Amino acid sequence: MDGNGPVIPNFGQGDACVTGDHTFCWGWVRDHWSDTLGPALWQHVELTAVAVGIGFAIAFPLALLAHRFRKLEQPLGAFSALLYTIPSIALFQLLVPFTGITWTTVEIALVAYTLVILFPNVVAGLRSAPPDVVEAAEGMGLTRLQVLLRIELPLALPAIVAGLRIAVVSTISIGTIAAFLLPKGLGYPIFVALGNPIPFKTEIYAAGGLAVGLALLCDAGLVVLRWALAPWTRLARA
Amino acid sequence: MSSAAEIVFDRVTKRYPGRDEAAVDDLSLEIPAGAFCVLVGPSGGGKTTALKMVNRLIPFDSGEIRIDGRDIRTLPLTELRRGIGYVIQQVGLFPHMTVGDNVATVPRLLRWSKRRTSERVIELLELVGLEAADAKRYPSQLSGGQRQRVGLARALAADPPLLLMDEPFGALDPITRHRLQTELRRLHRDVGKTVIFVTHDIDEAIQMGDRIAILREGGVLAQYATPDALLADPVDDFVAQFIGGDRALRRLALRTLDELPLRPGESGPRVAPETTVRNAVSLLLELKADALTVADGDRVLGSFRLADASELL
Ligand SMILES: Nc1ncnc2c1ncn2[C@@H]1O[C@H](COP(=O)(O)OP(=O)(O)O)[C@@H](O)[C@H]1O
Ligand SMILES: [Mg+2]
Repeated sequence: MDGNGPVIPNFGQGDACVTGDHTFCWGWVRDHWSDTLGPALWQHVELTAVAVGIGFAIAFPLALLAHRFRKLEQPLGAFSALLYTIPSIALFQLLVPFTGITWTTVEIALVAYTLVILFPNVVAGLRSAPPDVVEAAEGMGLTRLQVLLRIELPLALPAIVAGLRIAVVSTISIGTIAAFLLPKGLGYPIFVALGNPIPFKTEIYAAGGLAVGLALLCDAGLVVLRWALAPWTRLARA
Repeated sequence: MSSAAEIVFDRVTKRYPGRDEAAVDDLSLEIPAGAFCVLVGPSGGGKTTALKMVNRLIPFDSGEIRIDGRDIRTLPLTELRRGIGYVIQQVGLFPHMTVGDNVATVPRLLRWSKRRTSERVIELLELVGLEAADAKRYPSQLSGGQRQRVGLARALAADPPLLLMDEPFGALDPITRHRLQTELRRLHRDVGKTVIFVTHDIDEAIQMGDRIAILREGGVLAQYATPDALLADPVDDFVAQFIGGDRALRRLALRTLDELPLRPGESGPRVAPETTVRNAVSLLLELKADALTVADGDRVLGSFRLADASELL
């Protein structure tokens, strides 16, 4: 390799496509699925699932509390909104002194974002039960808990799923930034490719495309989930 | 056919926090078991408040409400409510449940068997003029009138001895409203429950009620009487004005010819026995006739003259 030519890292035996840095090289993708893209995709799924899972596990009970004790909604909502205003990279940096350059740091930051998205959505969902519906339920002798479980929660489902869709898609997208901290997730191949004097296009497109595909797939999955769990929302209004 | 409950309001007062005027002021009212009692009055007269105190959706400050002699505040809240049918103008059907599941709500709370519940749902849908097949539909697939029918079926599900209805037909078009009014009257005759029915429409009150309680602003009971007594003797100017004009004719509309002592023999054009006295008078004037013959098919019951109408007033 001489000093003047394009500097392409040695990804095994790069073929002409790779060494010429053509727009997209399927061969490279095939060769590096098992050592680069596959693991990165799997890490990304894990990153997202853990962040949304924990975010939901925290947001849901908080939303129930805010719903039950209306005075709590303001402070809880303000706190989570504050988190949202901190740029993600800054939040990673803020956490490093406490949790180090670790997977935990990344997850804490991502959980904070899912929380901000999920909390108001679940609260809004619980509020979406029309007052006359709740009044009828109470008038018929449903207890508070029964009103929550049989009326308010089912009616909150569409809003909860809507919140999950935004949370999942944005976590998948923000999750790529985790590569600034750790060599993990779909952000990492992009990070590496960008690090070349001439960015390696195939790797960027492949990892980026996987992130987009993952987001679309999860989103579609949640739409199907809503369709299955909330059959009444399928009907056209009479 | 179930039992009906007697309801007594005993000097009940309710004041909302931060308001000087009472919403319901020292209200005393005895509603006999099986009666159809209408609370009527101008908007803000405390009708809704009075109604919701009965199933304790609204707490009151003083006085007592008794159902069959028992102070409602001594009963467990859910037990009290499960024994009272509640119908509101906005209906409040559960949008995520089918019609059948909506109607089955209280039977399920009471842990009826599956079989008994589903049989009851079908029975009720037919009682309120819907079809068994409607049980599988969702509320959003129904018209306004159908929704209110489901609301009524849901309230009747566990055969409660008392039915509370807050302007149930207020949001319906006039034709549907009239049909449902007629059917509710029939239903009341058939199922024999005590009904407390709120409306701001005096004509609806007169058409529906056995007894009418007129509430004026400030939640004060202005008069409590049968429709006939109300039209005959309004206690004061407020009531007279609220009821409106044509009082004599409206009283005549409450009676049908077959309820009257008719004159013997046949005289003049024939009319059916269920003709109201008001319509009979109208016919006499229209046909310039002296008398009408009241006949049930071929059987002549007697005859009716204009003078007989004024005898009733
Ligand atoms: N939740 C409430 N808080 C304060 N005031 C109320 C409330 N509900 C009703 N009121 C007042 O109480 C009075 C009676 O209201 P309401 O019972 O709804 O009358 P109606 O049903 O006859 O229209 C009105 O002056 C109304 O403004
Ligand atoms: Mg009202």
